[in-house]
Amino acid sequence: MTILGTSGLVLNEKLLFEHSEPGRKGYSLPKLDVPAAKLSADLCREEISGFPELSEVDVVRHFTRLSTWNYGVDTGFYPLGSCTMKYNPKVNEAAARLPGLADVHPATPPHLAQGILELMYRLQVALAEVSGFAKVTLQPAAGAQGELTGMLVIRAWHEARGSKRSKVLIPDTAHGTNPATAALAGYDVVPISSEGVLTLEEVEAHMDDDIAALMVTNPNTLGLFETNIEAICKLVHDRGGLVYCDGANLNALMGIARPGDMGIDVMHFNLHKTFSTPHGGGGPGAGPVGVSEQLIPYLPAAGVERDGDRYRFESGNIDSIGRLMAFHGNVGVMVRAFAYASTLGGSGLKHASQMAVLNANYVRARLEGVYDLPYKRRSLHEVIFSDKDLPGGCHTLDVAKRLIDYGYHPPTIYFPLVVKGAIMIEPTETESQEVLDEFCDAMIAIAGEARDNPELLHQAPVRSRVRRLDETTAARKPKLRWEGNP
Amino acid sequence: MRYIPHTAADVSEMLERIGVKTLEELFVEVPETVRLKRTLDLPEPLSETELLRELRSLAVKNATPGTHKSFLGGGAYHHFIPTVIDLLVSRGEFYTAYTPYQPEISQGTLQAIFEFQTLICQLTGMDVANASMYDGASACAEAVLMTVRLTRRKRVLLSRALNPRYRAVVATYCSYLGLELVEVAVAGDGRTDLEDLAAKLDASTAAVVAGYPNYFGVIEDVATLVERAHTAGAKLVAVVAEPVALGILKSPGELGADIVAGEGQSLGLPLAFGGPYLGFFTVRQKDVRAMPGRLVGETTDLDGQRGFVLTLSTREQHIRRDKATSNICSNQGLCALMATIFMSLLGKQGLREMAEQNLSKAAYARQHLSSVKGFSLVFNGPAFNEFVVRSEAPVAEVLSRLETAGFLAGIPLGSDYPELADCFLVCVTEQNRREEIDALVTALQGGAA
Repeated sequence: MTILGTSGLVLNEKLLFEHSEPGRKGYSLPKLDVPAAKLSADLCREEISGFPELSEVDVVRHFTRLSTWNYGVDTGFYPLGSCTMKYNPKVNEAAARLPGLADVHPATPPHLAQGILELMYRLQVALAEVSGFAKVTLQPAAGAQGELTGMLVIRAWHEARGSKRSKVLIPDTAHGTNPATAALAGYDVVPISSEGVLTLEEVEAHMDDDIAALMVTNPNTLGLFETNIEAICKLVHDRGGLVYCDGANLNALMGIARPGDMGIDVMHFNLHKTFSTPHGGGGPGAGPVGVSEQLIPYLPAAGVERDGDRYRFESGNIDSIGRLMAFHGNVGVMVRAFAYASTLGGSGLKHASQMAVLNANYVRARLEGVYDLPYKRRSLHEVIFSDKDLPGGCHTLDVAKRLIDYGYHPPTIYFPLVVKGAIMIEPTETESQEVLDEFCDAMIAIAGEARDNPELLHQAPVRSRVRRLDETTAARKPKLRWEGNP
Repeated sequence: MRYIPHTAADVSEMLERIGVKTLEELFVEVPETVRLKRTLDLPEPLSETELLRELRSLAVKNATPGTHKSFLGGGAYHHFIPTVIDLLVSRGEFYTAYTPYQPEISQGTLQAIFEFQTLICQLTGMDVANASMYDGASACAEAVLMTVRLTRRKRVLLSRALNPRYRAVVATYCSYLGLELVEVAVAGDGRTDLEDLAAKLDASTAAVVAGYPNYFGVIEDVATLVERAHTAGAKLVAVVAEPVALGILKSPGELGADIVAGEGQSLGLPLAFGGPYLGFFTVRQKDVRAMPGRLVGETTDLDGQRGFVLTLSTREQHIRRDKATSNICSNQGLCALMATIFMSLLGKQGLREMAEQNLSKAAYARQHLSSVKGFSLVFNGPAFNEFVVRSEAPVAEVLSRLETAGFLAGIPLGSDYPELADCFLVCVTEQNRREEIDALVTALQGGAA
């Protein structure tokens, strides 16, 4: 086995502030071509204390060195479950940087922004087609804001019907954002514990006249299809509720099945997962929301509509939940997603989902028996193992850290919470069989090390720029900014 | 498909290893009744050349500061963006990484966020900044929610001079939380009306929220707002939509604000039709555990080396679930990095110089535009780089005529402020050359005659 991970020359780098030298500059501005104006002195500050003074070279070296301490999809395999770390196509980056798209002011009159409005409209339509919803809003900035949008839409629908329901059902496999979002929409959360997939009985047991909605994730966070989804949606509807779907795992289903066709009422997309836009070290993403016909009136203000060959922002929708962002959402992210959907087309998106599911099942086949597999149903786009059978006092965290030494980004760990010591692997479709084989070889080798030499796992990682970090002290005595040279 | 490496041989070999015969069998758990029985109805796939041709054809239909002389502001600003920024953030190690969950291989992102937090604290004069939020408006909404948590009060006063889009987002976020949002009037100088504030401020008020500068470009008297708010036991939230102003203005922290939230787009981010932008959020040290959003902290590794980690996560949704301080589970990582690089390059001198240029050019434009017959200034309070112009001729006609002459001259205010239906908002930055300003004045003269 060739081990990817190795040690190379990695440079140390101080904080920006520790490089600063009075009088150094890293910018140039044109000379002021109008008379200098003055503000009254009582409005003006002293110089910004602590702000750095650096040359352009200092800044370029600083951030280049920092970048080498990171691991990205461009570096290697990144099987972070639930995050869909697929390859980020480079042409999409070029697309988003076209001056006619990147430099448009959000208050540009719509008749002078027809190209960008057309792009947004076509993306709305494409996302509606992929998901089976009647209409899509592009405004939410991220999955969590998409959830908020969806739950506010649900609440507005209930209120419009005079219904004062106050609770939301959420399975315990859900992302933490689901309960946090429900609370932000003013709902109390009723957790449902589920064994793998939700059953009709479990939902029925909790479904009463005070439940406004059920929030599900499909495929769920165990990588399993919610096989009873149609019956569950029908039950919830019959009892006067609505069904929200967290679309985090849509990458398993494109062209295969559509949440809108299953009876789901609202779903958010994660363009940064399913539609290949880069995660950017934690953002920006985009969280468009699709809804069924009856919920259209409540969508956020100012979607894009088409009138013949002209495009404009909708106006006058009095039932709308309002606005979630100052402007039109993360348009730069939308451009990338549009480029992706245009490159793949309908057949390509289906192929992507098929290969994503193939890859997850291949990893499962290779690692089953080496690691404990708590749920035996057919996996979709991701597979969850646990550390139950690991010898040598080794746990999931140790496996994750040892994977770093082997040259991989670890999978998602300790989530979902219902699996103790979860190891959640989502390979995505952009990885080849060779990459998966090398990764699986590493996972198998690590299981062997756990048995023969567990210290290798406990000490890991040893090849990274830093070793395990003291998170307890970081939280107990938080140091959240640079305070000055020692 | 160039993003998907599988050959037909790979697929059969993998299927065999899995123990199934066809790809279809992998989807056995998806009930037949919900399967899509047709191909998705999307346009045919495009090659790279075709895609770029298509996108360029859409791009050329949009007006930009490259095609028009632009004086648009109102929460999004056309500023100088150093070339270095885009080249550095195009490093795959930065932009193709995810949230730094594994700190040992994410130190680049983590140190950069720590630097971002520090720079934002220095700029705002506050103690603690988080790793960023979606945009200025959502940061403002989160600030309102935080004051409600801190005070356990339910009434929030929003200055009418605060960006109307921000007020709309606050209203959306608070829709079902049982809060009372009250608007405070604007005085003749364009600042928040202190008498109206006094009339509305009471013992149930959680916060007073005002822009700095406000939507009309006027510099609010934050110190007085702080004093009034604190007298009632309320918090003062200062909202900075144009952080370049903080290159010259006293920091809201220095003036006593309890929370400073704002928009970082001016700090090196392209206009991008409104996003992705960069919300920033800062608080006082004592309130840190009530704050929303991600935080990066310094610590050491097993060998005693300095390193950085995500910290204080017990406030957050993945641990606290429905009791979390916010539902946010990301930040605007790459946008925060862009702003960090911007602030590093501009530094102490550069941000001051840029602020002075904005101030001077806007003052020049204000003086000359308001001397054109048929146009006048509305507010006389101190201003930074934006100002409101009143027009005798209908605003829509004036702007439309200027548009034909190649200007995006301003944002009409009537839809947000019926009382200012005859006014528009003009923004002048360091990017507007004197010739452009003079040309706008000339064009206005032509129109008023």
